[in-house]
Amino acid sequence: MALTGVEIFKLLPKTNCKKCGHPTCLAFAMKLAQRQASLDACPDVSEEAKRILGEASAPPIRPITLGAGDKAVKMGEETVLFRHEKKFVNPCAFAVEIKDSMSDDEINKIVDGVLNSEIDRVGQKLRIDAIFVNNASNDAGRFEGVVKAIASKAPAVPLIIATNNPAAAEAALKNIADKKPLLYGADESNAEAMVNIAKTYKASLGVTAKGLDALSALTEKIKGLGVEDMVIDSGARTAKEILEANTFIRRAAIKKNFKALGYPVITFAQRDDKILESLVATLGVTKYASIVVLSSVEKWKNLALFTLRQNIYTDPQVPMQVEQKIYKIGEPTPESPLAITTNFSLTYFIVSGEIENSKVPCRLAVMDCEGLSVLTAWAAGKFTASKIAQFIQESGIENEIKHRELIIPGYVAILSGAIEDKLPGWKVTVGPREANGLPAFLRSKA
Amino acid sequence: MAFAAPKETFSGKVFEVTIGTDKTAVFGGENVLPFHAFEGSVPHRPVIAYEVQDIVPDDWPETVRKVYEGVSGDPVTWAKYCQDTLNAKAIALRLLSTHPDRENRSPEEAAKTVKDVLAAINVPLIILGSNHVEKDSSVLVAVSEAAKDKNCIIGKAQEGNYKTIAAAAMANNHRLIAMSELDINLSKQLNILITQMGFDKEKLITDPMCSALGYGLEYTYSVMERIRLAALTQNDATMQPPMLADVGMYVWKIKETQASDAELPLWGSLQERGITWEATTAASFLMSGAELLIMRHPEAVKAVEKFIDELM
Repeated sequence: MALTGVEIFKLLPKTNCKKCGHPTCLAFAMKLAQRQASLDACPDVSEEAKRILGEASAPPIRPITLGAGDKAVKMGEETVLFRHEKKFVNPCAFAVEIKDSMSDDEINKIVDGVLNSEIDRVGQKLRIDAIFVNNASNDAGRFEGVVKAIASKAPAVPLIIATNNPAAAEAALKNIADKKPLLYGADESNAEAMVNIAKTYKASLGVTAKGLDALSALTEKIKGLGVEDMVIDSGARTAKEILEANTFIRRAAIKKNFKALGYPVITFAQRDDKILESLVATLGVTKYASIVVLSSVEKWKNLALFTLRQNIYTDPQVPMQVEQKIYKIGEPTPESPLAITTNFSLTYFIVSGEIENSKVPCRLAVMDCEGLSVLTAWAAGKFTASKIAQFIQESGIENEIKHRELIIPGYVAILSGAIEDKLPGWKVTVGPREANGLPAFLRSKA
Repeated sequence: MAFAAPKETFSGKVFEVTIGTDKTAVFGGENVLPFHAFEGSVPHRPVIAYEVQDIVPDDWPETVRKVYEGVSGDPVTWAKYCQDTLNAKAIALRLLSTHPDRENRSPEEAAKTVKDVLAAINVPLIILGSNHVEKDSSVLVAVSEAAKDKNCIIGKAQEGNYKTIAAAAMANNHRLIAMSELDINLSKQLNILITQMGFDKEKLITDPMCSALGYGLEYTYSVMERIRLAALTQNDATMQPPMLADVGMYVWKIKETQASDAELPLWGSLQERGITWEATTAASFLMSGAELLIMRHPEAVKAVEKFIDELM
């Protein structure tokens, strides 16, 4: 757990020498506690203090990077249990499992699925992040060949190398050492050998044990052997076990500063029933997994899970915004109605949803109001007659439509006259106050 | 460093609610976060009710509309199909035809529909208005009387109409859904206002307003988590009613459940996409604390039931 300013102060030289740029050691300590200063600024601090402060300031869940290059995935560094407290930091990675016992055709199909999985949603590019290659064949030669083939077909995709056989691990890793893979397979029986391989090939290490007691002991042992970049697996496989283990791991790390479990968690969601698999993955996304392993790459399942991850990892303090532009809903003609609203994502989703329900093709002008809802934006002076007029004029919409009628939200009826003054030739119509009044309103106009 | 399981126990507890008279359904009653049976008591599974409407659901997307083809022309047949063929544990009858922009049917007509449906089923009934604040206040009064002593859930009471609806639910021995718009304080305030009328707080169900995956899910999710934490950690009785997620109506109107494979090939098969969208939305709200779900597609319900089996 982070130290308080006073606790940090006790470790400082207390000379008030000002070399750090702060008037007193106490002031510096307070800045350190808020993580607004670095201990390096103090030239006289003792080695002992550095060690204690360094340990205390380490994030409760160790940051680990899976893979190298553009598509590397950052994991860990989480600070809370519930997303309303503070943003969840690093979105979990989705990895799809490939068993080396599959035929080459099957393997190629899945790799293609991963390579073609990228989808753009609300301005973010989302994809299957990694491939989990499982040495199901128990044949080190086959494993080496499959890993090599996948790495050459999908060179940028991070890999998780899954085997508990050190010989197979070494065979697979020697060809991909520059890719910063995760070697998943250190357990109580092979820890020393796996640590040596992970060190040699600069891989991070997936550590698995039955239960959290055994897992804690094993991570401590591996840390003692010199590998700290770990991803942990408690052996939980059913939804019930996953929820319990992931909750205890997150709580132990964040609330108890229990270092032995302060690592990203890997959760296995593979099921024969692919819809059920989506739901177990939902559990992983909402409850603390850093890697969720899936069995397949159906696009419909990917879309649902990508969207969920995006929703859960959104910053609760920053309103989600949509891009300022004029959206077409249905297939509007030059005669179709034009309505305007603000760019708070929830406002946009609700308004566009109700317009879709109306089945009346429309244009919806969404104006950048820094993600505020209609009334808030109006009160904050961001949704005003002159700004609306300017947006409409600059949007080029006058070339696209034949009429000159703008529907404004009922809550800002007061703006109608002023907008007409600033938009010569336009007629402003006051729409309903709530979006759920739109279907009736639009149908009555059509 | 030895590991000690960081269990958390709470002073507060979610109210346990029983609905129905013949076959009953029970939900709530837990004194821990959702499915945290490893540190407390989770006596009941969440209940999923099938949604039935009193008019043909011609605005539902084909994926879910075609499931009910042949039964959806009549709410009694539809409800019986859900109970007998789909093994519904509860039915949620939405009286959409009463909306002034739809058929604008009268409260008396709605009351007759409710009586007919009640006579045909023995599982618990949730009776929902058309979500028109003024109209609901007359419709829900009439249907409360029509269903007197059947221990139904009546919904939804909102800030603008709770007085008449809560009084009718109270007089006729029903449970009541209190809905507010995505804000923990509004939700608390509405529950207080309703209980100040003498309505038993243990007969309330909180609806913090649902949303679909991708369309505001995170707001509902976090409001639910905050309500549940207030119920458990602060022992706040106004936050202790079980929560409803009215999933189907939000999911089956968005683009992801309607756009064809041909239109958006990157999104994959429409059939599975729609079902997964409803199931994933529902599963998320199970994780944030919903005990009562209203859903539409039987395949989605089946998947969520399997998920609950795995969690319990």
